[in-house]
Amino acid sequence: MKCEELLTMLNEYVDGTVDPAVCEEFEKHLAGCNPCQVVVDNIRQTITLYKDGQPYAMPVKFREQMHDALRKKWKEKFPKK
Amino acid sequence: MTNLPTPETPDVELVCLAKAGELDAFEALTNRYEQRVYGLAMRMLRQEQDAEDVTQQTFLSVLENLEGFRGESSFSTWVLRIASHAALKIIRKRKGLNTVSLEEATEPSDDFNSIPHPEFIADWRQSPAHLVERNEVRRLLDDALTRLDEKHRLVFLLRDVEGLSVRETADALDLNEGNVKVRLLRARLQLREDLTRVLGDPARQLVRSPHHHE
Repeated sequence: MKCEELLTMLNEYVDGTVDPAVCEEFEKHLAGCNPCQVVVDNIRQTITLYKDGQPYAMPVKFREQMHDALRKKWKEKFPKK
Repeated sequence: MTNLPTPETPDVELVCLAKAGELDAFEALTNRYEQRVYGLAMRMLRQEQDAEDVTQQTFLSVLENLEGFRGESSFSTWVLRIASHAALKIIRKRKGLNTVSLEEATEPSDDFNSIPHPEFIADWRQSPAHLVERNEVRRLLDDALTRLDEKHRLVFLLRDVEGLSVRETADALDLNEGNVKVRLLRARLQLREDLTRVLGDPARQLVRSPHHHE
């Protein structure tokens, strides 16, 4: 496997969905190619950073306004309830 | 007798109750997904007012179209789909373009042959666990996201941040799975490149040797 080929299968490898036979080849390449190893590590770290990053909290005032608007609309839709 | 929704009540059950006119069930669904929708909108648009508009539009649209939701996708995918299209509409408007579907925006570059190769390769100086604690890191992450084309950014956010599968991401954006995979790879590689230029340790930068490894 060449570095270029590894690149095309990076998603599947990182997501753990790669075919076992391909996975073996992938890992053989990684064992002998430090730059590819670091790229794979970097990608994993990138995903983790975004996934675990600080979330954006909805402003409380907006949330109240939105729920009011939704309730109003709901009553138009289901007038009996 | 109506059972009040609990955090354990599954989405499908809440959807059924909401369709039958139970406001509590609809509010429980809204509570369950509003932060995710708002977060997605903020990361796409980086502007509070626009993110609020997307959030409100999304749940009004959920309310309007609930009867039409047949459960072909999960409720969460459906909600994120509505939010994604609302966010794209704002982006297109900002650019002064008419709304075009993501599929129309497909370019010939959506294939694996044109994937950019990693250039700056280095171990990071700190682990993600340390980095997320730092306030300036959020700005760095958002700046890198903004530099992504919106079609790549949206695929990355749905797949890697919201945790949708490739299939679900494709459904949410009306793309085929192949397009999702290529866009995701481009997004991941570009974000890696951008972040590594700032977070990578220059002293440990690696240079690819000119020969190909077998």
